[in-house]
Amino acid sequence: MEKKLPTIEIIEKYCKGCHICVEFCPKQVLEMRGFVVAVKDLEACIKCMQCELRCPDFAIKVTA
Amino acid sequence: MSFDYDKWIRPGKLPHIWCPGCGHGIVMKGLIRALDTLQLKKENTAIVSGIGCASRLPGYMDCCTLHTAHGRAAAFATGVKMARPDMNVILCGGDGDGTAIGGNHFIHACRRNIDMTYIIMNNKIYGMTGGQFSPCTPTGDKASTTPYGNPDPGFDIAKLAIGAGASFVARGTAFHANQIDKLIAEAIQHKGFSVVEILDDCPTTYGRRNKYKSVIEMMNKLKEIAVPVKAAEKMDPEQLKGKVLTGVLYKEDKPEYCEQYQKVIERAQGAAK
Ligand SMILES: Cc1ncc(C[n+]2csc(CCOP(=O)(O)OP(=O)(O)O)c2C)c(N)n1
Ligand code: SF4
Ligand code: SF4
Ligand code: SF4
Ligand SMILES: [Mg+2]
Repeated sequence: MEKKLPTIEIIEKYCKGCHICVEFCPKQVLEMRGFVVAVKDLEACIKCMQCELRCPDFAIKVTA
Repeated sequence: MSFDYDKWIRPGKLPHIWCPGCGHGIVMKGLIRALDTLQLKKENTAIVSGIGCASRLPGYMDCCTLHTAHGRAAAFATGVKMARPDMNVILCGGDGDGTAIGGNHFIHACRRNIDMTYIIMNNKIYGMTGGQFSPCTPTGDKASTTPYGNPDPGFDIAKLAIGAGASFVARGTAFHANQIDKLIAEAIQHKGFSVVEILDDCPTTYGRRNKYKSVIEMMNKLKEIAVPVKAAEKMDPEQLKGKVLTGVLYKEDKPEYCEQYQKVIERAQGAAK
Protein backbone atom coordinates (compact mmCIF):
# COMPACT_ATOMS: atom_id res chain seq x y z
CA MET A 1 0.00 0.00 0.00
CA GLU A 2 1.27 3.44 -0.84
CA LYS A 3 1.90 5.55 2.26
CA LYS A 4 0.21 8.91 2.51
CA LEU A 5 2.73 11.72 2.32
CA PRO A 6 2.41 14.78 4.54
CA THR A 7 2.23 18.27 3.12
CA ILE A 8 5.05 20.60 4.13
CA GLU A 9 4.14 24.18 3.40
CA ILE A 10 6.91 26.77 3.47
CA ILE A 11 5.89 30.39 3.63
CA GLU A 12 8.87 31.86 1.85
CA LYS A 13 8.11 35.46 2.68
CA TYR A 14 8.32 34.62 6.41
CA CYS A 15 11.36 32.30 6.30
CA LYS A 16 14.57 34.01 7.45
CA GLY A 17 16.83 31.08 6.68
CA CYS A 18 17.92 30.51 10.28
CA HIS A 19 18.55 26.80 9.67
CA ILE A 20 16.83 25.65 12.87
CA CYS A 21 14.30 23.43 11.11
CA VAL A 22 16.95 21.90 8.84
CA GLU A 23 19.29 21.12 11.72
CA PHE A 24 16.79 19.62 14.14
CA CYS A 25 14.78 17.55 11.68
CA PRO A 26 15.57 13.97 12.69
CA LYS A 27 15.24 12.70 9.11
CA GLN A 28 17.08 15.32 7.03
CA VAL A 29 13.93 16.14 5.11
CA LEU A 30 14.78 19.82 4.68
CA GLU A 31 17.60 21.79 3.14
CA MET A 32 18.50 25.39 2.44
CA ARG A 33 18.07 26.68 -1.08
CA GLY A 34 19.56 30.10 -1.15
CA PHE A 35 18.16 32.07 1.77
CA VAL A 36 15.05 30.00 2.35
CA VAL A 37 14.30 26.45 3.34
CA ALA A 38 13.05 23.82 0.89
CA VAL A 39 11.87 20.21 1.05
CA LYS A 40 14.57 17.78 -0.07
CA ASP A 41 13.10 14.39 0.80
CA LEU A 42 9.38 14.39 1.61
CA GLU A 43 9.22 10.58 1.71
CA ALA A 44 11.55 10.54 4.73
CA CYS A 45 9.28 12.79 6.81
CA ILE A 46 7.91 11.11 9.93
CA LYS A 47 5.51 13.99 10.71
CA CYS A 48 7.13 14.61 14.10
CA MET A 49 6.34 18.35 13.77
CA GLN A 50 9.67 19.41 15.27
CA CYS A 51 10.32 21.80 12.40
CA GLU A 52 6.95 23.53 12.76
CA LEU A 53 7.30 23.71 16.55
CA ARG A 54 10.79 25.25 16.50
CA CYS A 55 10.55 27.69 13.59
CA PRO A 56 10.74 31.16 15.18
CA ASP A 57 9.10 32.72 12.13
CA PHE A 58 5.81 30.86 11.62
CA ALA A 59 7.24 29.85 8.23
CA ILE A 60 6.76 26.09 8.08
CA LYS A 61 3.61 24.02 8.43
CA VAL A 62 3.34 20.26 8.37
CA THR A 63 -0.01 18.67 7.69
CA ALA A 64 -0.17 14.90 8.10
CA MET B 1 -1.77 18.36 12.49
CA SER B 2 -0.42 21.81 11.74
CA PHE B 3 -1.24 24.31 14.49
CA ASP B 4 -3.24 27.38 13.49
CA TYR B 5 -1.27 30.25 15.03
CA ASP B 6 -3.08 32.80 12.86
CA LYS B 7 -6.10 32.92 15.12
CA TRP B 8 -4.02 34.75 17.76
CA ILE B 9 -1.89 36.84 15.39
CA ARG B 10 -2.99 40.37 14.58
CA PRO B 11 -3.79 40.30 10.84
CA GLY B 12 -1.03 41.55 8.57
CA LYS B 13 1.64 41.75 11.28
CA LEU B 14 3.91 38.94 10.08
CA PRO B 15 6.77 38.64 9.31
CA HIS B 16 7.92 39.91 12.69
CA ILE B 17 11.02 42.07 13.17
CA TRP B 18 13.10 39.59 15.16
CA CYS B 19 16.43 38.48 13.64
CA PRO B 20 16.93 35.07 12.02
CA GLY B 21 17.02 32.44 14.76
CA CYS B 22 15.97 34.79 17.58
CA GLY B 23 14.14 32.70 20.17
CA HIS B 24 11.50 35.34 20.92
CA GLY B 25 9.38 33.95 18.07
CA ILE B 26 9.56 30.46 19.56
CA VAL B 27 8.35 31.85 22.89
CA MET B 28 5.49 33.71 21.21
CA LYS B 29 4.38 30.48 19.55
CA GLY B 30 4.48 28.73 22.93
CA LEU B 31 2.33 31.48 24.43
CA ILE B 32 -0.20 31.15 21.60
CA ARG B 33 -0.46 27.38 22.11
CA ALA B 34 -0.99 27.97 25.85
CA LEU B 35 -3.79 30.49 25.19
CA ASP B 36 -5.36 27.97 22.82
CA THR B 37 -5.08 25.10 25.33
CA LEU B 38 -6.81 27.19 27.99
CA GLN B 39 -9.36 28.49 25.47
CA LEU B 40 -8.97 32.03 26.76
CA LYS B 41 -11.14 34.74 25.26
CA LYS B 42 -9.35 37.56 23.44
CA GLU B 43 -11.43 40.27 25.07
CA ASN B 44 -10.52 38.82 28.46
CA THR B 45 -6.80 38.47 27.86
CA ALA B 46 -4.34 41.36 28.21
CA ILE B 47 -0.68 41.07 27.27
CA VAL B 48 1.51 43.83 28.67
CA SER B 49 5.17 44.55 27.93
CA GLY B 50 7.93 47.10 28.51
CA ILE B 51 10.57 47.97 25.91
CA GLY B 52 13.07 45.78 24.09
CA CYS B 53 13.06 43.18 21.34
CA ALA B 54 11.22 40.73 23.64
CA SER B 55 8.76 43.46 24.55
CA ARG B 56 7.68 43.75 20.92
CA LEU B 57 5.70 40.54 21.40
CA PRO B 58 2.27 42.02 22.28
CA GLY B 59 2.29 44.07 19.08
CA TYR B 60 1.82 40.85 17.12
CA MET B 61 -0.94 39.45 19.28
CA ASP B 62 -4.61 39.72 18.46
CA CYS B 63 -6.05 40.41 21.91
CA CYS B 64 -5.93 43.27 24.44
CA THR B 65 -2.34 44.52 24.42
CA LEU B 66 -0.26 47.24 26.04
CA HIS B 67 3.28 48.16 24.98
CA THR B 68 4.38 50.46 27.78
CA ALA B 69 7.56 52.14 29.09
CA HIS B 70 10.89 50.43 29.68
CA GLY B 71 10.74 48.24 32.78
CA ARG B 72 7.19 49.28 33.60
CA ALA B 73 5.15 46.31 32.37
CA ALA B 74 4.43 45.20 35.94
CA ALA B 75 3.18 48.65 36.95
CA PHE B 76 0.80 48.98 33.98
CA ALA B 77 -0.30 45.35 34.27
CA THR B 78 -1.07 45.84 37.97
CA GLY B 79 -3.34 48.71 37.00
CA VAL B 80 -5.17 46.53 34.48
CA LYS B 81 -5.57 43.68 36.95
CA MET B 82 -6.78 45.91 39.81
CA ALA B 83 -9.36 47.53 37.56
CA ARG B 84 -10.44 44.25 35.98
CA PRO B 85 -9.60 41.31 38.26
CA ASP B 86 -11.61 39.07 35.92
CA MET B 87 -9.04 39.51 33.15
CA ASN B 88 -6.15 37.17 32.40
CA VAL B 89 -3.14 39.46 32.56
CA ILE B 90 0.11 38.29 31.02
CA LEU B 91 3.33 40.30 31.14
CA CYS B 92 6.26 39.72 28.87
CA GLY B 93 9.66 41.21 28.21
CA GLY B 94 13.40 40.71 28.30
CA ASP B 95 15.98 40.24 31.01
CA GLY B 96 17.12 43.85 30.72
CA ASP B 97 13.61 45.26 30.88
CA GLY B 98 12.64 43.04 33.80
CA THR B 99 15.73 42.86 35.99
CA ALA B 100 17.59 46.14 35.35
CA ILE B 101 15.35 49.19 34.88
CA GLY B 102 12.26 47.17 35.87
CA GLY B 103 13.85 45.21 38.70
CA ASN B 104 11.97 47.09 41.39
CA HIS B 105 8.59 46.62 39.74
CA PHE B 106 9.40 42.95 39.25
CA ILE B 107 10.22 42.18 42.90
CA HIS B 108 7.21 44.08 44.19
CA ALA B 109 4.80 42.33 41.85
CA CYS B 110 6.27 39.08 43.22
CA ARG B 111 5.90 40.29 46.80
CA ARG B 112 2.26 41.25 46.32
CA ASN B 113 1.48 37.93 44.71
CA ILE B 114 -0.97 39.56 42.31
CA ASP B 115 -2.62 37.05 39.98
CA MET B 116 -0.70 37.64 36.74
CA THR B 117 1.77 35.64 34.65
CA TYR B 118 5.15 37.08 33.73
CA ILE B 119 7.05 35.56 30.81
CA ILE B 120 10.64 36.74 30.91
CA MET B 121 12.75 36.04 27.84
CA ASN B 122 16.29 35.85 29.15
CA ASN B 123 18.86 36.16 26.37
CA LYS B 124 21.41 37.55 28.85
CA ILE B 125 21.84 40.84 26.98
CA TYR B 126 20.20 44.10 25.89
CA GLY B 127 19.46 42.89 22.38
CA MET B 128 17.55 45.87 21.02
CA THR B 129 20.14 48.51 21.82
CA GLY B 130 23.12 46.63 20.45
CA GLY B 131 24.31 44.26 23.12
CA GLN B 132 25.06 46.06 26.39
CA PHE B 133 25.40 43.69 29.37
CA SER B 134 22.33 43.12 31.52
CA PRO B 135 22.02 41.99 35.14
CA CYS B 136 21.66 38.47 33.69
CA THR B 137 24.92 38.45 31.72
CA PRO B 138 27.13 35.79 33.32
CA THR B 139 30.56 36.66 34.74
CA GLY B 140 33.23 36.74 32.08
CA ASP B 141 30.86 37.04 29.11
CA LYS B 142 31.29 39.74 26.52
CA ALA B 143 28.92 42.56 25.74
CA SER B 144 29.45 45.87 23.95
CA THR B 145 29.98 47.46 27.37
CA THR B 146 32.14 44.61 28.73
CA PRO B 147 34.57 43.95 25.86
CA TYR B 148 37.11 42.44 28.27
CA GLY B 149 34.58 40.23 30.04
CA ASN B 150 31.81 41.04 32.49
CA PRO B 151 33.07 41.39 36.08
CA ASP B 152 29.54 41.16 37.57
CA PRO B 153 27.80 37.95 38.57
CA GLY B 154 24.41 37.48 36.87
CA PHE B 155 21.03 37.22 38.57
CA ASP B 156 19.29 33.88 38.89
CA ILE B 157 15.82 35.12 37.89
CA ALA B 158 14.00 32.13 39.34
CA LYS B 159 15.69 32.45 42.75
CA LEU B 160 15.08 36.18 42.71
CA ALA B 161 11.37 35.61 42.02
CA ILE B 162 11.02 32.95 44.72
CA GLY B 163 12.88 35.10 47.23
CA ALA B 164 10.70 38.09 46.44
CA GLY B 165 7.49 36.11 47.00
CA ALA B 166 6.24 34.85 43.63
CA SER B 167 4.04 31.82 44.23
CA PHE B 168 4.75 29.98 40.95
CA VAL B 169 8.15 29.92 39.28
CA ALA B 170 9.11 27.87 36.23
CA ARG B 171 11.93 27.79 33.72
CA GLY B 172 12.14 26.54 30.16
CA THR B 173 14.33 27.15 27.12
CA ALA B 174 13.80 28.24 23.54
CA PHE B 175 15.21 24.87 22.44
CA HIS B 176 12.61 22.90 24.42
CA ALA B 177 9.78 24.44 22.41
CA ASN B 178 7.12 21.89 23.25
CA GLN B 179 7.51 22.55 26.98
CA ILE B 180 6.99 26.32 26.72
CA ASP B 181 3.22 26.17 26.21
CA LYS B 182 2.78 23.73 29.09
CA LEU B 183 4.73 25.90 31.53
CA ILE B 184 2.87 29.05 30.47
CA ALA B 185 -0.53 27.32 30.67
CA GLU B 186 0.20 26.07 34.19
CA ALA B 187 1.44 29.52 35.17
CA ILE B 188 -1.74 31.19 33.90
CA GLN B 189 -3.89 28.70 35.77
CA HIS B 190 -2.02 29.26 39.02
CA LYS B 191 -3.66 31.87 41.25
CA GLY B 192 -0.97 34.35 42.24
CA PHE B 193 2.09 35.92 40.62
CA SER B 194 3.66 33.38 38.27
CA VAL B 195 7.05 33.80 36.68
CA VAL B 196 8.11 31.78 33.64
CA GLU B 197 11.71 32.37 32.66
CA ILE B 198 12.61 31.19 29.18
CA LEU B 199 16.34 30.89 28.50
CA ASP B 200 16.51 32.47 25.11
CA ASP B 201 19.07 33.23 22.41
CA CYS B 202 20.17 36.47 20.80
CA PRO B 203 22.47 35.39 18.00
CA THR B 204 22.94 38.96 16.80
CA THR B 205 24.30 40.77 19.83
CA TYR B 206 25.23 37.99 22.26
CA GLY B 207 26.07 34.94 20.17
CA ARG B 208 28.55 36.59 17.88
CA ARG B 209 30.46 38.27 20.72
CA ASN B 210 30.60 35.11 22.77
CA LYS B 211 32.05 32.83 20.11
CA TYR B 212 28.92 31.02 19.03
CA LYS B 213 29.40 30.26 15.37
CA SER B 214 25.70 29.97 14.66
CA VAL B 215 22.24 29.97 16.16
CA ILE B 216 22.41 26.17 16.02
CA GLU B 217 25.33 26.22 18.47
CA MET B 218 23.27 28.44 20.77
CA MET B 219 20.33 26.04 20.57
CA ASN B 220 22.60 23.08 21.27
CA LYS B 221 23.98 24.87 24.31
CA LEU B 222 20.45 25.33 25.69
CA LYS B 223 19.82 21.64 25.04
CA GLU B 224 23.03 20.67 26.83
CA ILE B 225 22.63 22.76 30.00
CA ALA B 226 18.94 22.11 30.72
CA VAL B 227 18.11 19.45 33.29
CA PRO B 228 14.48 18.77 34.24
CA VAL B 229 13.90 19.15 37.99
CA LYS B 230 12.87 15.48 38.33
CA ALA B 231 16.07 14.25 36.68
CA ALA B 232 18.16 16.60 38.82
CA GLU B 233 16.92 14.88 42.00
CA LYS B 234 18.93 11.81 41.02
CA MET B 235 22.10 13.74 40.15
CA ASP B 236 24.94 14.75 42.47
CA PRO B 237 26.38 18.29 42.64
CA GLU B 238 29.31 17.32 40.42
CA GLN B 239 26.96 16.19 37.63
CA LEU B 240 24.89 19.36 38.02
CA LYS B 241 27.84 21.69 37.50
CA GLY B 242 27.11 24.15 34.70
CA LYS B 243 23.51 22.94 34.35
CA VAL B 244 20.26 24.82 34.90
CA LEU B 245 17.06 23.31 36.20
CA THR B 246 13.97 23.40 34.01
CA GLY B 247 10.29 22.74 34.68
CA VAL B 248 8.16 23.98 37.58
CA LEU B 249 10.69 25.06 40.20
CA TYR B 250 8.35 26.41 42.87
CA LYS B 251 4.64 26.45 43.64
CA GLU B 252 2.81 27.65 46.72
CA ASP B 253 -0.76 28.58 47.63
CA LYS B 254 -0.89 31.89 49.42
CA PRO B 255 -3.14 34.99 49.62
CA GLU B 256 -3.58 36.77 46.31
CA TYR B 257 -3.42 40.56 46.12
CA CYS B 258 -6.74 41.41 44.40
CA GLU B 259 -8.62 39.28 46.91
CA GLN B 260 -6.78 40.87 49.82
CA TYR B 261 -7.55 44.30 48.41
CA GLN B 262 -11.23 43.42 48.05
CA LYS B 263 -11.26 42.65 51.77
CA VAL B 264 -9.82 46.10 52.47
CA ILE B 265 -12.63 47.64 50.40
CA GLU B 266 -15.23 45.67 52.33
CA ARG B 267 -13.71 46.65 55.70
CA ALA B 268 -13.63 50.30 54.68
CA GLN B 269 -17.25 50.18 53.49
CA GLY B 270 -18.27 48.49 56.73
CA ALA B 271 -16.53 51.19 58.76
CA ALA B 272 -18.26 53.93 56.76
CA LYS B 273 -21.75 52.63 57.53
C1 LIG C 1 13.93 54.75 29.89
C2 LIG C 1 14.68 54.01 28.82
N1 LIG C 1 15.97 53.71 29.00
C3 LIG C 1 16.65 53.02 28.06
C4 LIG C 1 16.03 52.64 26.90
C5 LIG C 1 16.82 51.92 25.84
N2 LIG C 1 16.52 50.49 25.78
C6 LIG C 1 15.62 50.04 24.89
S1 LIG C 1 15.47 48.37 24.93
C7 LIG C 1 16.65 48.24 26.15
C8 LIG C 1 17.09 46.91 26.70
C9 LIG C 1 16.32 45.74 26.21
O1 LIG C 1 16.87 44.56 26.69
P1 LIG C 1 15.94 43.34 27.08
O2 LIG C 1 14.83 43.77 27.92
O3 LIG C 1 16.82 42.27 27.63
O4 LIG C 1 15.28 42.91 25.68
P2 LIG C 1 15.92 42.22 24.39
O5 LIG C 1 16.09 43.34 23.42
O6 LIG C 1 17.22 41.60 24.80
O7 LIG C 1 14.91 41.23 23.97
C10 LIG C 1 17.13 49.50 26.50
C11 LIG C 1 18.18 49.74 27.51
C12 LIG C 1 14.67 52.97 26.74
N3 LIG C 1 13.97 52.60 25.66
N4 LIG C 1 14.01 53.64 27.70
S1 SF4 D 1 7.84 16.86 10.53
FE1 SF4 D 1 9.70 16.05 11.49
S2 SF4 D 1 10.55 14.66 9.99
FE2 SF4 D 1 9.06 15.93 8.89
S3 SF4 D 1 10.26 17.64 8.11
FE3 SF4 D 1 9.49 18.30 10.07
S4 SF4 D 1 11.10 17.79 11.54
FE4 SF4 D 1 11.52 16.64 9.65
S1 SF4 E 1 13.14 27.46 11.09
FE1 SF4 E 1 11.66 28.73 9.99
S2 SF4 E 1 12.74 30.65 9.50
FE2 SF4 E 1 14.28 29.11 10.08
S3 SF4 E 1 14.92 28.22 8.12
FE3 SF4 E 1 13.29 26.92 8.91
S4 SF4 E 1 11.39 27.74 8.03
FE4 SF4 E 1 12.98 29.28 7.72
S1 SF4 F 1 18.87 41.76 18.45
FE1 SF4 F 1 18.83 39.81 19.52
S2 SF4 F 1 16.99 39.87 20.80
FE2 SF4 F 1 16.79 41.47 19.23
S3 SF4 F 1 15.65 40.50 17.56
FE3 SF4 F 1 17.85 40.31 17.09
S4 SF4 F 1 18.39 38.29 17.93
FE4 SF4 F 1 16.43 38.87 18.86
MG1 LIG G 1 17.63 40.66 26.66
